[in-house]
Amino acid sequence: MTAQNPNSYRNQPDDRGHFGQFGGRYVAETLMPLILDLEQEYRRAKADPAFQAEFDDLLEHYVGRPSPLYFAPRLTEELGGAQVWFKRDELNHTGAHKINNCIGQILLAIRMGKTRIIAETGAGQHGVATATVCARFGLPCVIFMGATDVARQAPNVFRMKLLGAEVVPVTAGAATLKDAMNEALRDWVANVHDTFYIIGTAAGPHPYPELVRDFQSVIGKEARAQMLSRTGRLPDLLVAAIGGGSNAIGLFHPFLDDPSVKMLGVEAAGHGLDKEHAASLAGGRPGILHGNKTYLLQDEDGQILEGHSISAGLDYPGIGPEHAWLKESGRVEYTSVTDTEALDAFQLLCRTEGIIPALEPSHAIAAVKKIAPTMPKDAILLANLCGRGDKDIFAVAEHLGVSL
Amino acid sequence: MSARLSAAFAKGHAALVCFVTAGDPTPDATSAILDALVEGGADVIELGMPFTDPMADGPAIQLANLRSLGAGTRTADILRIAKDFRARHPDTPLVLMGYANPMTTRGPEWFADACADAGIDGVICVDIPPEEDAELGPWLRAKGISPIRLATPTTDAARLPAVLDGSSGFLYYVSVAGITGKQSAALDSIEQAMTRIKATATIPVAVGFGVRTPEQAGPIARVADGVVVGSALVDLVAEHGVNAAEPVRKLVSALAEAVHSARKEVA
Repeated sequence: MTAQNPNSYRNQPDDRGHFGQFGGRYVAETLMPLILDLEQEYRRAKADPAFQAEFDDLLEHYVGRPSPLYFAPRLTEELGGAQVWFKRDELNHTGAHKINNCIGQILLAIRMGKTRIIAETGAGQHGVATATVCARFGLPCVIFMGATDVARQAPNVFRMKLLGAEVVPVTAGAATLKDAMNEALRDWVANVHDTFYIIGTAAGPHPYPELVRDFQSVIGKEARAQMLSRTGRLPDLLVAAIGGGSNAIGLFHPFLDDPSVKMLGVEAAGHGLDKEHAASLAGGRPGILHGNKTYLLQDEDGQILEGHSISAGLDYPGIGPEHAWLKESGRVEYTSVTDTEALDAFQLLCRTEGIIPALEPSHAIAAVKKIAPTMPKDAILLANLCGRGDKDIFAVAEHLGVSL
Repeated sequence: MSARLSAAFAKGHAALVCFVTAGDPTPDATSAILDALVEGGADVIELGMPFTDPMADGPAIQLANLRSLGAGTRTADILRIAKDFRARHPDTPLVLMGYANPMTTRGPEWFADACADAGIDGVICVDIPPEEDAELGPWLRAKGISPIRLATPTTDAARLPAVLDGSSGFLYYVSVAGITGKQSAALDSIEQAMTRIKATATIPVAVGFGVRTPEQAGPIARVADGVVVGSALVDLVAEHGVNAAEPVRKLVSALAEAVHSARKEVA
C-alpha cells in the first residue's frame, strides 16, 4: 500500500493536516469543531463504497466522465518536438474541472445533514459549478463574489442566478477572489449549524486540501489508465496551470510515485514577475491565510498583496499547500508565464486544434509551447485542458483590441 | 503569566476589556485614544494589529483595519505604540489581538521577543487554534506572555480543556457564533455558558462580541469575570477620527461604571 510507504509522495497530509510544514488548520475557534466534524465524516465517506459509487455514477452520467485523452497532431507538428496530448476536462458539464470537486463536496454536505451551501468564486467557474450541484440536489446556494469580478464576469453571474443561486457582491478590499473567500468564511462562522462551505480549490483548512485533491484525482487516475491503454506507457511530462492548484494536483497526484513522470506546474506571471503577478511560489514566501500555511504574496509585515492575472481563475495571492510541499520536496517543478504568453497560446490552440481553451489552461499551453520543442519526438507531454474558453472570449477580445 | 493581567481580574469587580485597532485612524492618533481608554476606566487594553484579511471581523473592524493600513501603519509602528503606552501606563495590561500571518511572518521567536520588549502582557491570535499552538504559543510562554484563546458557543465540554491547555491570562468567550460587532447573545445563554466554562476553567473568563452599551455590559459583568467591548469603540473612532479620544473616554467611562458596579455572583 502506498499509504504505508515512507518514500511515497502520495501519503500526505499527516493526521494533523500538514504537508511537511504547510497546510494545517488555521481557523477561528468557532470553525474548529466543524472542521473536525468534516474530517471525521470525510474519513467515513472515503471508506464507504456507497459514497464512492454515488460519486462515480454522477461523474459518469451527470458530468460526462471519463473525459477524453486527446493527441493533438497539428499542435505537435507546429511545435516540432514531443507529442502533445490533452486531458479534455473542458468537455465536462459546466465547462471545467471544478464540477468534479463540487459533486464530491455536495454529497458530503448531504451526508452531514447540512441544508444550505455557500461558496466563493473568482471568475465564476466554481460559482457556476456549485450553483449547478445545488440545483441538482435542491439546496439553497449563496455565492460570494468580489464586486469587481461581478462586474467583469457578467455572463457567469447570470448563469449562477439562472441556476437559482443568490450572488452576493463583496465590496471589501480589492473586491476580488480573496475578499470573496474572507466573506464566505464570515458567513460560515455565523451559520455553522446548517451551512456547508464548498471551497473551490485545493486550499483552505484541513481537510479541504486533501478532499478537494481526492475528488479531483479522477483526472489523473483516468489519464494514467487512458495513456497506458493508448500508448502502453506513461507520459514523460505532465503540465498544468495553477491558481489554487486543484486541476494540477488532480492530474499530478496519481502519478507522483511514478519516478519517470516529470511534472510542471504553471503559475500566472501576469505583467511579469517583477511587476504585478499571481505567482505565489515564484514571488511569495510561506505564510498563513485562509486556514492554511502556504506560499503567499505578501509584504515584509505579512500583509497580503493582491494578485494579478489576465485569468481571473489564477488571480489569487496563495496556492494550495500540497503544491508548496511538492515544490520544496523537489518532486514537481514550477514555472510561470505572462498574460501575453497565455494570450498567444490561447490563439495557438484555437488555430491548430479547433479548441478554444480557457485562459487558465492557456497558461499551461504557453509552457508546453516553450518546452515541447526541446523534447525528443518520441517523448509524451500531457497537459490538462481544465476549462473551455467561452467565458473568456470577451476578455480576450478586449486584450486583442477587438470590440464585440 | 503576567502579573498585570492577574491583577486586572483581582480588583473585586469584573474587568472592562477595551479593544481599538492600532493605527486607526493614524499611527500618531492611537496613543491619545489608548490614554482615553485608561482614563475612562478600562482594566485591560486590547490593541488590534491590522491585517489585510481580517476574516473573523465584521464591517466595523474590517474598516478600521483598512483605515489603519491605508494610513501606512507598519508592525514597527504598533510595537512603538505599545512600548510608549507601557512607559506611560506601567500598570495597565496590554494585549495584542490579530491574525497569524503578521504575527509569525518574521518567525515566532522574533515576535515573542518584540512583544516582551514592548511590555505586552498577552496575545490573542484569532486564527491559531490549540491544534496549531506550536506556531506561536511556546515562544510566547517562554517570554512570560499569555497566549489568550477564544472559546465559542461551538466549543463543547469535550473540547474546552484543549482550548484552556497552554492558555493563560484570561479566556475570551465569544458569546455568539459569528463575526465581531454583529448581533449580541441573550443573557441567559451567556449565563449558561459561564456556568459550563467555569466548571473547567481556572483562569478568568471575559465575554465579548456584540457588547456595545453599558446596559448590555452591566448584566454580563454579573456573571462573567470581564466584559470585552470593541466595535462600539471602533465606530467612535470611525466617526470622530483624530478627535476620537474624548468621545471614546466618555463611552468607556459609562461602560466602566456599569461593569465595575455590577455585583459578581460567581467568584
